[in-house]
Amino acid sequence: MSMTTLDFEAPILEIESRIDEIKNVSGLGAGEIDAELKSLEDKLTKLKANIYKKLTPPQKVLVARHPNRPYTLDYINSIFTDFVELHGDRLYRDDPAIICGTAKLNGDPVLVMGHQKGRNTKENIHRNFGMANPEGYRKAQRMFKMAETFNRPIVTFVDTPGAYPGIGAEERGQAEAIAKSLMVMAELTVPMVTIITGEGGSGGALGIAMGNRVAMLEHSIYAVISPEGCASILWKDPAYAGKAAEALKLTAQDLKEQKIIDEIISEPAGGAHRDYDLISSRVKDFILRALSDLKKMDREKIFEDRYQKFRAMGVFAE
Amino acid sequence: MGIRDFLSEKIQKVNVIGKKEIDENLWMKCTSCGEVNYHREVAKSLNTCPKCGKHFIISAMEKINIIVDKGSFQEIDSNLRSLDPLKFRDSKKYPDRVKAAIKKTKMNDAFLSGIGRINGRPVHIGAYEFSFLGGSMGSVVGEKIVRLIESAIDNNQHVITLSCSGGARMQESILSLMQMAKTSAALVKLRKAGLAHISMLTDPTTGGVTASYAMLGDVNIAEPGSLICFAGPRVIEQTIRQTLPEGFQRAEFLLEHGMVDMVLPRSEWKGTLSNLLDFFG
Repeated sequence: MSMTTLDFEAPILEIESRIDEIKNVSGLGAGEIDAELKSLEDKLTKLKANIYKKLTPPQKVLVARHPNRPYTLDYINSIFTDFVELHGDRLYRDDPAIICGTAKLNGDPVLVMGHQKGRNTKENIHRNFGMANPEGYRKAQRMFKMAETFNRPIVTFVDTPGAYPGIGAEERGQAEAIAKSLMVMAELTVPMVTIITGEGGSGGALGIAMGNRVAMLEHSIYAVISPEGCASILWKDPAYAGKAAEALKLTAQDLKEQKIIDEIISEPAGGAHRDYDLISSRVKDFILRALSDLKKMDREKIFEDRYQKFRAMGVFAE
Repeated sequence: MGIRDFLSEKIQKVNVIGKKEIDENLWMKCTSCGEVNYHREVAKSLNTCPKCGKHFIISAMEKINIIVDKGSFQEIDSNLRSLDPLKFRDSKKYPDRVKAAIKKTKMNDAFLSGIGRINGRPVHIGAYEFSFLGGSMGSVVGEKIVRLIESAIDNNQHVITLSCSGGARMQESILSLMQMAKTSAALVKLRKAGLAHISMLTDPTTGGVTASYAMLGDVNIAEPGSLICFAGPRVIEQTIRQTLPEGFQRAEFLLEHGMVDMVLPRSEWKGTLSNLLDFFG
């Protein structure tokens, strides 16, 4: 996979290439190389931490959409074993923008599901850039119901620009498909855990995101509309996307403050895309803690726990 | 009176009549077929065009009045008001937009809910006020819908919602999005209580409102010619860069594609709802 660099990551890249250069130079004595390398590596660590600590909302949007960011299949492969992918909504077709299947988490059977983006143009056409059609949500409903029947916990990974806005999607009832998914999730009496890993794009994200426990990665985003969409409606100009990103309060830190999510999973220095193993182990840790907590509840309590969580959301005066 | 004065008075009278006759309060031009109709005639046909049947957008109260028995509607939860938790500002501040909408509509937010009777039978009913920030669903609208459903469960009555909305309220960002989850979840409880939700989709019903409780009626009823969609036509055109076919995302299109049970003119709302309620018991 080729590495993409965002503008504000340029200083990081510069030091990284100097480190590579030094490693390739053979003229210096071993002691000198070690000292120089160590000082550069220290500098690199600090720089990554500093840059990523101060990301603005528009920069977070870029990180959340980083083409090297780990995707659902990366998490499935490193966190779970024995993944068996299951396809199709039994009504129309399979939607590769949402993948799901059975797997084991430390040996225990679970249902896993998530939006899947592609790594290159060919993959992205196949995955529709992670934008699901109604079939994706109807496949999700089928899987949720199967987990309910066999009393297995559900883990979902959210990473989508949004549900696909197309002619076919509307003809086949995109709105109904998302709405029904919300109702099916609300009915579940098995534990469900959700992680927003990249982009939480509106109803298309929420359609698989009604976990009893919801976490966001440190540099992921979640909002009712994309900054570009918001800018073109409220500012009548998509060029105001940066302003919209600020106004929408879409960062993990904002959502934690508004009590919409339970936890922020901190990312490795320089973002999740710089250390797949480390971010996966942190995500796994969150899933295990959340599930062990939820397993203490009986099934009716799990339903009520989720109901009360979403019932409480909203800010108003009376 | 001299001839001059006499004529002047006559001319004034003629002018008054002439002025009245072109007064916009007397006549209106149909936005669909172009027919010029008497306002009185339009009002008599429940704010539809007497010639082509075009349903004009009407207020929440007008919609509820078409359905419930005269004088039976009792509003609930009217005191709920929007706050500005995100300190949202685009070209205007969100609280200023809300203030202006309150002044314009004399309502505290975009949803009017309460209890009324249909041919004597009590029901819980709520409708959107489109002129309040495009009928957008924020925390207050979501909360009022859920309270309507909860009150219906407590009183063992069915629920009728009349949607008319531009979708989720952007100025409340994630909080609006969560109203989709909250309202849909409340319907699970309504169903468990053995009570029905009849969803009336009126022009326009879009975005997060369509993609939550509004598509989850035990029966979905669409107003003739209304736009009902998830993604709006402009968004789709921008995405696929094609012109959309005639009638796309209109009520009749949704009927053809199996998304609504019927397309029903306002004149038949009350009778049909009454029949359906007989079935739901």
